[in-house]
Amino acid sequence: MSNMFNSMIEWIDKRFPLTSNWKAHLSEYYAPKNFNFWYFFGSLALLVLVNQLITGIFLTMNYKPDASQAFASVEYIMRDVDYGWLIRYMHSTGASMFFVVVYLHMFRGMMYGSYRKPRELLWLVGMCIFFVLMSLAFTGYILPWGQMSYWGAQVIVSMFGAIPAVGDTLQQWLLGDFTLSDAALNRFFAYHVVTLPLVLLVLVFVHILALHETGSNNPDGIEIKENKNPTTGIPVDGIPFHPYYSVKDIVGVVVFLIVFCGIIFFAPEMGGYFLEYNNFIPANTLQTPDHIAPVWYFTPYYSMLRAVTVNFLGIDAKLWGVILMAGSVVIFCFLPWLDRSPVKSIRYKGPYFKIALTLFVISFFVLGWLGTKSPTPMYTLLAQIFTVIYFAFFILMPWYSKIDKTKPEPKRLQE
Amino acid sequence: MMADSFSINDKMSGRRKFLVAATSVAGGIAGAAIATPFLLSMMPSERAKAAGAPVEVDISKLEPGMLMMVEWRGRVVWVLNRTPEMLETLPKLEDQLADPNSEKNQQPEYAKNLTRSIKPAILVIEGVCTHLGCSPVFRKDVAPEDLGPDWLGGFFCPCHGSKFDLAGRVYKSVPAPTNMVVPPHVYLSDSRLLIGSESEGSA
Repeated sequence: MSNMFNSMIEWIDKRFPLTSNWKAHLSEYYAPKNFNFWYFFGSLALLVLVNQLITGIFLTMNYKPDASQAFASVEYIMRDVDYGWLIRYMHSTGASMFFVVVYLHMFRGMMYGSYRKPRELLWLVGMCIFFVLMSLAFTGYILPWGQMSYWGAQVIVSMFGAIPAVGDTLQQWLLGDFTLSDAALNRFFAYHVVTLPLVLLVLVFVHILALHETGSNNPDGIEIKENKNPTTGIPVDGIPFHPYYSVKDIVGVVVFLIVFCGIIFFAPEMGGYFLEYNNFIPANTLQTPDHIAPVWYFTPYYSMLRAVTVNFLGIDAKLWGVILMAGSVVIFCFLPWLDRSPVKSIRYKGPYFKIALTLFVISFFVLGWLGTKSPTPMYTLLAQIFTVIYFAFFILMPWYSKIDKTKPEPKRLQE
Repeated sequence: MMADSFSINDKMSGRRKFLVAATSVAGGIAGAAIATPFLLSMMPSERAKAAGAPVEVDISKLEPGMLMMVEWRGRVVWVLNRTPEMLETLPKLEDQLADPNSEKNQQPEYAKNLTRSIKPAILVIEGVCTHLGCSPVFRKDVAPEDLGPDWLGGFFCPCHGSKFDLAGRVYKSVPAPTNMVVPPHVYLSDSRLLIGSESEGSA
């Protein structure tokens, strides 16, 4: 039996690099031995991606991308399709959980300096994945054609209209009409189910390829490849990904699925944060709901969009808001070059970086919370203050990371 | 060896360099040409362009203080019958507004006045915030808790907090840059209003 199996593998290996790839990426891919809790979220993001692809395919079997039928087709899935409710809640909860794991994954990179040399491209590919993920979330949220779908899309698409000179034409090109209508719903469906998933899959592939070229960073932020066993050439602080981390990741998957199923079965709307109440009302093109806010994962950027209320430097407040909102996401791309610290990991960085990162996290949460609230003068002022802190984390980094009092990095990984 | 003779690093003759460049340029032009129909297919279609006929509205039943919504070109247009008290608020607000005299081109010439309307009482305006396209809420209550004691009535955008007065003029220090848009409109008779056209003939 095993002989037959071996000869079959041999047959394949002569025609396709199966064993060599298995070794290069799993059984002989050496990862640092000190991965902790924060290293679960990369593999969990892959799990959620698979969940979104599979549940998404089944949703398209019953969904209709037509402004007059879309809302009813979603209700049809929820009420009349066998297990339609389960598949849809898996997809909608998956969308929010995608952002949960990706935000934690990014935060891990910021703590341990995973964006630093030689992983700059790995970080940039990851940022591209994040941009595509945001586009997927946006286009997906439009599809049920409820009040929040409609007015959320209206706001986002109008931002392109703020671009000087070409704004209006660009907006019409995006919408395929002079207003947000059936034409836009139809094409956003095409982006959501074909274009963006394809781009995402390619980027995830490139992300993993780039990771396996440089090797994983770790909580100590030192390169295990610099200390190899002279005879085997294997990093002395490395362990094979399979079986050590594949087994560890399965534990993460089990815990994640407990949480995931708990949400699906007991709180799929998550108190209006995962599925907003106003989106259970069909789109009304004549009336904006009294209170509109994006889904939770966009609220920090949304706060910054509306934080600017004065014109300055000859640019009006509307365009500034759009610039700040776009800038707040794009600025992550510059982290590899903004960080001038001699060490990578927060374990050896000094108090300045720790304070800055803490303030950044606080401002991210406060802006996120403000984004769910109706704007009042008090809240707008708060949003302005925390927008400044958010950007200061990045813009002042070359300065505070350089003068910070760091500890020396160890030669070997710490247990 | 064979491989060497095809290597890029091999000295390329001037003729080969020219042919490579010419082929790349021709390929680039062909790529741009084939992209054009795909990109243009995303512009508004002929059917979308044809939709947008003017809308006729009967305003005889519109009581003072009432606002009615009309759909024109997929957008909401408001017709508001302002009471004398509402009209009295307009001159009081000048120093709080960004463009009190409607200098920016957000209205037809015949609506470039204090009330931004043809008939002083009747305001015809697109119910679309000039910030990011939400539809503001008609808040005629004076000095409500959430909008502060200085609020004399107007329109409040729930999305990003922009404020407009009862003539659709934008306040200072809000995200919206300009006054709300007055669409082209004309009165066919005392109570019949045509929105989307400036001449009776095109109705």
